[in-house]
Amino acid sequence: MFKSEDFAQELINNGYDFFTGVPCTIIGNLITNLTERSDITYIPAVREDVAVGVASGAYMAGRIPAVLMQNSGLGQCLNALTSLNLIYKLPCLLIVTWRGFEGKDAPEHLVMGRICEKLLDTVGIPHHTFNPDNIKVLINMSYKLITENKAPLALFLKKGIID
Amino acid sequence: MNYRETITAITELLQDQLVVCANGLISREAFTIRDRAENFYMIGSMGLASSIGLGVALNKPSRKVIILDGDGNLLMNLGSLPMIGFLQPKNLLHIVLDNEVYASTGNQPTISNVIELEEIAKSAKYTYVKKVTTNEDMRREVAYTLENDGPSFLLVKISDKAEQREIGRVTHSPEEIKERFMSAVN
Repeated sequence: MFKSEDFAQELINNGYDFFTGVPCTIIGNLITNLTERSDITYIPAVREDVAVGVASGAYMAGRIPAVLMQNSGLGQCLNALTSLNLIYKLPCLLIVTWRGFEGKDAPEHLVMGRICEKLLDTVGIPHHTFNPDNIKVLINMSYKLITENKAPLALFLKKGIID
Repeated sequence: MNYRETITAITELLQDQLVVCANGLISREAFTIRDRAENFYMIGSMGLASSIGLGVALNKPSRKVIILDGDGNLLMNLGSLPMIGFLQPKNLLHIVLDNEVYASTGNQPTISNVIELEEIAKSAKYTYVKKVTTNEDMRREVAYTLENDGPSFLLVKISDKAEQREIGRVTHSPEEIKERFMSAVN
C-alpha cells in the first residue's frame, strides 16, 4: 500500500502548494500528514464548497490548490464548481474518496457511490481513478491538465490504495 | 442609507485594496460605481465571497483584502465566519451590507431583521466588530478598519430597502474578471 506521507510528498513535488478540504477515513492519515507539514498549508474547511471557494481564492493569489473530500462532498460543492470554477476557469485538483464503490458500503454512500463518475461526466469535469500502480502518473498528469486547461480535475481514491 | 451611497463611500476610500464582491446587486453596484482591476466580481456561487476572500487573504498577507458581502450571502455560508476567526488573517476586512432582504430577486425578506449578524461575527472571533447605521459612522469605521489589523467585521445596516432601480450587469466575462484580478493581485 502507498504511504500517505509519500502521497503527500508526491503532490508537493509536482507543484501543489495549497491544500484544504473535509476529512474522510480513507484520507485521514493524508490530512494528518498535510496538517503537520511545515512546507505547505492545509486549511480545514467546514464544508466542501467552502473548501473549493478558499482554493479558488488561493489560486488567484498564486497558489496551485488541491481540495480533499469524500464523494458525498461533490454534491455539496456542485454549485461552486459549476458557477465559479468552470465559468471563471479556476483550476483545482479534487481528490475525492470513493465511498460506496461497487455498492459495498453503508447505505448513505450507495447512491453517490453509484453515480459519482456520471455526475462529473454530466458537469463536464474530467476524472480518473487511482489504482496501486498509477499514483505518481496521475498526480503528475493532473498538475499539467489543471494548469493548462485552467479547470478542475477529480481523482477518485478508493479504500485500500493509501494507508 | 442605501446600497449606492454605501458602496460609493467605500470605493472613495480605496487605494489598491483587493475587493471580493458578492453576487447580485453588490457586484453590479460596485462595477457600475467604479470598475477596478482589484475587484473580483462573483456572479454565481452565492455564499462563497467570504471563502474566496479568505483564500486570497491567507496567500497575500501583504495586501488588504476586503470582502463586500450581503446578508443573504452571509447567511448562506455562516461556516466561513468561524474559519476566518480561527485562521485570523490580519489583512481581512469583511463588510456586510445588510438590507434584510434578497434585493436582487425582488426584496424577499432574509432573517437578519431579527438575527444580529454582528453577534455571530463576535462569536466567530473576529478581532474587531462594529455595526453602523449612519453614513458618517460607516465612513469612519471603514477608514479605521482599512488602516488597522483584523480580521474585522463591519455590519452596515441599509435602511433604504425601497430602492429598486434598474442597474446594469457586469459586462466583463468571468474569465476577464479573473485575469484582471490576478494581475492586480500578483
